[in-house]
Amino acid sequence: MIDAKTTFSIALRAIKANKSRSVLTSLGIIIGVAAVIIMLAIGNGAQLSIQEDMKTMGSNILTVRSGTSTSGGQRMGHGTQPSMKAADGDAIQERIKEIYLAAPLLNDTAQLVHGNANWSTSVTGTDNRYFQIKEWNLAYGRFFSVTDLKNAAKVVILGSTVVGELFGDMDPLGKTIRIKGIPFTVIGVLETRGLSSNGSDQDDIVYIPLSTAQKKVIGIAFPDMVKSITLQAVDAKSTYTAEAKIRTLLRQRHNLGNHKEDDFVIRNLTQMMEMRENSSKVLTILLGSIASISLLVGGIGIMNIMLVSVTERTREIGIRMAIGAKSWDIRLQFLTEALVLSLIGGFIGVVCGLSGVWLVSHFSSFKAVVSLNYIILPFSFSGMVGLFFGFYPAYKASLLNPITALRYE
Amino acid sequence: MSLIELHNIKKSYKLDGFDLRILKGINLSIEKGEFVAIMGPSGSGKSTLMNILGCLDTPSSGNYILDGQNIEKLSPDELAHIRNQKIGFVFQGFNLLPRTTAIENVELPMVYASVKEEIRKNKAKDALEKVGLKSRMYHLPNQLSGGQQQRVAIARAIVNEAPLIFADEPTGNLDTKMSIEIMKLFTELNKEMGRTIILVTHEEDIAAYADRIIKIVDGEINSDIKNPQIK
Ligand SMILES: Nc1ncnc2c1ncn2[C@@H]1O[C@H](COP(=O)(O)OP(=O)(O)OP(=O)(O)O)[C@@H](O)[C@H]1O
Ligand SMILES: [Mg+2]
Repeated sequence: MIDAKTTFSIALRAIKANKSRSVLTSLGIIIGVAAVIIMLAIGNGAQLSIQEDMKTMGSNILTVRSGTSTSGGQRMGHGTQPSMKAADGDAIQERIKEIYLAAPLLNDTAQLVHGNANWSTSVTGTDNRYFQIKEWNLAYGRFFSVTDLKNAAKVVILGSTVVGELFGDMDPLGKTIRIKGIPFTVIGVLETRGLSSNGSDQDDIVYIPLSTAQKKVIGIAFPDMVKSITLQAVDAKSTYTAEAKIRTLLRQRHNLGNHKEDDFVIRNLTQMMEMRENSSKVLTILLGSIASISLLVGGIGIMNIMLVSVTERTREIGIRMAIGAKSWDIRLQFLTEALVLSLIGGFIGVVCGLSGVWLVSHFSSFKAVVSLNYIILPFSFSGMVGLFFGFYPAYKASLLNPITALRYE
Repeated sequence: MSLIELHNIKKSYKLDGFDLRILKGINLSIEKGEFVAIMGPSGSGKSTLMNILGCLDTPSSGNYILDGQNIEKLSPDELAHIRNQKIGFVFQGFNLLPRTTAIENVELPMVYASVKEEIRKNKAKDALEKVGLKSRMYHLPNQLSGGQQQRVAIARAIVNEAPLIFADEPTGNLDTKMSIEIMKLFTELNKEMGRTIILVTHEEDIAAYADRIIKIVDGEINSDIKNPQIK
């Protein structure tokens, strides 16, 4: 049997002998591999951004907001009719075993002033449970103390964007800022979280004790009012079982009769994220398989050209057989040629694909992230396509009879 | 037992429904170490016979026993192995690989015999030197004259040290001087190295080198004589 080095040099010579044809043949593979890489990178990027969202959102999260939902399930202007109290959250945390933490939230937009600098941002009244749920640590300073929360202390924890806007490079700790004209002492600065997947700045926010918000900053319609409650369940499964229990408990606390609609809306964020993640997985598979079809079509192109090549080189095959080439020598020669052709195509395809991914992630709104697997997969797929579609022409060549092949014109 | 035994070999082609009978019952034995010339008019079936002898083609009927093996019973791969190991064949039409240098053409039988590249190159160089083409080693067939191509084909046939050499008009494209050189080479291979040589020729001068001359006319052996005056 013929050695590998010679086999490859024969294949390379045949490919070089027909340069333009070889390039056109591998074009199908090039486009296929590039398309698969780009599509998988886009799908992968979508999944990664969802995973990042899940990380900043906290795990196993439900929210409850004031508002009504129609029977069709469409939410109608939630939060317009305030109904939630901070005590509702405490009751949920206490009485529903699936729920581990409940953080009340009361927020509004307000003007912040420090010296000459002013900045308009979201001011949220809450307590320390919120940071615990979001797994959000301080860059420096401290969280709210028990007395801060109890006595409606005028203290504030800043997001890093707000620090930049109001203080520049100055140390904000212990300084006083005015929120709606009321002086607040800065007690802490949160770690930077960056942009969320929908592009909003998660660090453009300030937190004050809930009691302070309720009593001094944000107008409320009834005592202890909040706009929403963020809940953390003990695990993902519990988010589903907790939902019904929360509904029952809240309906009871809000004295809603059988005929009355809910005056609150429960959203299972974990469930929504899981759905988003699943649909992006489906999308990745879908995009990848559509792109794979072009790779397959590229393989058919290779088969087509190899068949032409076998016919064209019938005399060459005859000569090789006359001189002692066995059927496997001939098969190997054409298989190697198809394989080399598709692997060269695959390699160029990888290069084009990576450039494509770079272009997409720099010049479009899609996030495209390549992982090594998503390069190896289409590259080895291109090799398999070459072998698969090269086999038939190679087999056909090996069946030739030496004397008829030699006489072929 | 003889090296080559042909028993009633017939070959015919079907053409437009007619049976075109080319070989009409050839009986022949050739011993190891013989130097045989086959002569005969054009179209008499010499090449057809050579292709059968060279295990490239199969007879329509009859038996061919080569070195004790019945050729009919062998698979295509076994035949390829015999062609590679036992036979050196010089084709009437050279049959060199296009776009492939002279030396690589000569290497080809050794490529399929899995000879190491280094040994392959050296042997190919030696063979090309023997046919006077050392200076044309790296030329492509289309950069060589007809005679030069023929000599490359001869080099390829002798390079594998096959015990049997079939040459279909090996001097057809050579001038007298070169023909004499090639015939001397064949004589040397035959007399000194014991190779069995069977060649087809139209020229009495060339046939005179052989020690046995077979004449074929119209697909049949017309005469089979010992050469009275070997050159
Ligand atoms: N494949 C084929 N189909 C039909 N007829 C064929 C085929 N091959 C050879 N022949 C015929 O067989 C006959 C003998 O051919 P062959 O090549 O053996 O002659 P030859 O004796 O070698 O002649 P030359 O001296 O011209 O080389 C010719 O008449 C030719 O037309
Ligand atoms: Mg002939």
